[in-house]
Amino acid sequence: MFTLPNDISIRGGVSWDKKVRSVSRREFLKKSAAGLLGMGLVSVSMDSLFQWNSALASDVRPPELRLEKNSVVKVLRWSGFVKSDEEVWNANTKKWEKETGGKVVTEYLSWEDVRSKAAMEASVGAGHDIILGWYDDPHLYPDKLLDVTDIATYLGKKYGGWYPVCEMYGKLYGTDRWIALPIGSAGICINYRVSWVKEAGYDKLPSDIEGFIKCCKKLKAKGHPTGFALGHAVGDGNTWTHWWLWSFGGKAVEKDGKTIAINSKETIQALDAAKELYETMIPGVASWLDPHNNKAFLSGQISVTSNGNSIFYASMKKFPEVNKDLMTMNFPVGPVGRPSELSMISQAFIFKHSPVPNAAKHYLKFMFEEAQYGKWESETWGYITQTLQDYYNLPAWKKDPRITPYRECVKRMLWNGYAGPLGPASAAAMSEYVVVDMFADVCVGGKSPKAAALAAEKKLRKFYR
Amino acid sequence: MRVGRSSNKILQRKEALGLLFTAPADLILLLLLAYPFVLGIWLSFTDTIIGRSGGFVGLQNYIDLFHSEVFRLTAFNTVLYTCVAVFFKLVMGFALAIVLNRDFKGKGLVRAIVLLPWIVPTALSTIAFWWIFDSNFSCISWLLLKLQVIRSPINFLGDTINARASVIIVNIWRGIPFFTIGLMAGLQTINQTLYEAADIDGATPWVKFKSITLPLIMPLLSVITTFSIIWTFADFQLIWIMTRGGPDNATHIFGTFSFQRAIAGGHLGEGAAISAFIFPVLLISVLITSKYLKRES
Repeated sequence: MFTLPNDISIRGGVSWDKKVRSVSRREFLKKSAAGLLGMGLVSVSMDSLFQWNSALASDVRPPELRLEKNSVVKVLRWSGFVKSDEEVWNANTKKWEKETGGKVVTEYLSWEDVRSKAAMEASVGAGHDIILGWYDDPHLYPDKLLDVTDIATYLGKKYGGWYPVCEMYGKLYGTDRWIALPIGSAGICINYRVSWVKEAGYDKLPSDIEGFIKCCKKLKAKGHPTGFALGHAVGDGNTWTHWWLWSFGGKAVEKDGKTIAINSKETIQALDAAKELYETMIPGVASWLDPHNNKAFLSGQISVTSNGNSIFYASMKKFPEVNKDLMTMNFPVGPVGRPSELSMISQAFIFKHSPVPNAAKHYLKFMFEEAQYGKWESETWGYITQTLQDYYNLPAWKKDPRITPYRECVKRMLWNGYAGPLGPASAAAMSEYVVVDMFADVCVGGKSPKAAALAAEKKLRKFYR
Repeated sequence: MRVGRSSNKILQRKEALGLLFTAPADLILLLLLAYPFVLGIWLSFTDTIIGRSGGFVGLQNYIDLFHSEVFRLTAFNTVLYTCVAVFFKLVMGFALAIVLNRDFKGKGLVRAIVLLPWIVPTALSTIAFWWIFDSNFSCISWLLLKLQVIRSPINFLGDTINARASVIIVNIWRGIPFFTIGLMAGLQTINQTLYEAADIDGATPWVKFKSITLPLIMPLLSVITTFSIIWTFADFQLIWIMTRGGPDNATHIFGTFSFQRAIAGGHLGEGAAISAFIFPVLLISVLITSKYLKRES
């Protein structure tokens, strides 16, 4: 892999940008490629050369960051579902250490526990410098976070801009100040068994909700139930129920962040339709936590579910039979007429208490650059969906047709707490599974849609006031 | 010289010396128990959200909780969980203690095995139960399906009643050894001559149990029960691993609900108020027990 000039840093606290900007990126690329080829180093594949797509033509000046002397950057991040994630991340980190002389200490934590640890560190004002957290974490303690507008602006300009939803997640609400860098989303797509869908009389799963329900009913009739988590599954439960609610035009709260909007006819429609879908599901989904649908799908008990790429990844490694018959697609579109999904977005942010803010920023910037990010995408088989628009065209997305739909996830998603602002209320509403429980109330608990929507309204009113 | 003499005098006073010797322990208790406790109570009177300090709101958090359906359900779950689990742990643990107190071949081995659920880290044993109660892969369902007793797998953790029963069963399984071993130690201290005298008087086993065993073991039994109530009432990891409080909050207890609201949801003040509800119940159970113990002595 090449290293772009703006990734080069000079040890000992010297500003690296000024020294290397005299050579433009395009020039550097041309010269390096020519040089390498000329030297006969043809072991560098042509593919990797052409990974430098049009985005790289933009000659954007990175912010000047003078690394603190002997900087040690402490990073807290979630441990991934796919093994290669940590391997590539660590390799990229080592590369940064080598190039800058800085040091990084990375602590991996179960993904659900990052929020509590980060919150504690925010409260006491000590601990890690960088956190890779989730969703609205940065909006819980925006005052404690370093302004990263310079890095965000640079990356946005260089890589075709951030997706609109990322601006919502990254910027402090109502301002243009970036408090976090949305680093990627553990994208969620529909995973299904091709042969069973064919058996039900379809070439592929329909991409509209009405057709989707019909197909699921036929699958169930053929003895191939579906399975969507209705238990307190942080990832799988929240993502599919939000998709379903939004696809019918339902939402938790209005834009003002005060008017509760859940008790609407759209929500009732969504719940009625969810009940139909529930009838196609395998028994026990109300007990499902995040790993359950993976296990059920890989063991051939269910024909359709929603998941990140971990089912694909596991099937590729250990379940070849399932892998051959697996297909993925984006969530079907509902009556609202446009994609309205939720994927688990991860945000990188730096605490103000960090003694090495420049090194921390520089490290994050480095990890976002194509040389690193592209490798991360490629070797995790699309585990992380890009947040910068130019990465849509990374060759990694074409490695297998089953991972291609995952590149759409951020483009198609809304934010949790839609249409209100991100903050303590949206965080509390999701962590208390208000939407998931509303669906479970109707599907499993036997409540009427109206009663379930009313109960959800009461819960939401508690947080949004 | 005068200073030395006066400090000598102080040291010669029993009360002062006692205070001095217990000072390190007091300090530890103050720092590690009293401070977090008082801080927790203070937080429950504020609207603190993670990352920003809140203002004093008086009893507002408590009032809000009383109006919350989920909280009322959580309170019900906690009481149900504690009462049923402690009752069964007590009865079964006591019965097992009486059986194991007898002489039989392989007594040592059986006693060691009985201790296992208590020794194995809860997180690990709970994961095993999580599999046992899995909606699709449960070995119990598998066996019953093979025996054609049932037609479809049992929905252990997906149905509100089943889920409550399942977590209670796991708690009972984990807690029985505590009662068994504790009570067995107590049974061994009972003077055998009392039983011999009762035999001479022609007492039935039930009479012996009621008139000798039970009264003599009562002080120990009440202490063990109190501890068990405290631990069960304030349980967390078992529920968190198996259900996260689901389905539809049917298995939320104070510990899990408090964690969810305070840490996952960021509302520290309200989370502290939820956990504060654990305290009075525990205080009452401790007071009742200590009163009972005093009367006994």
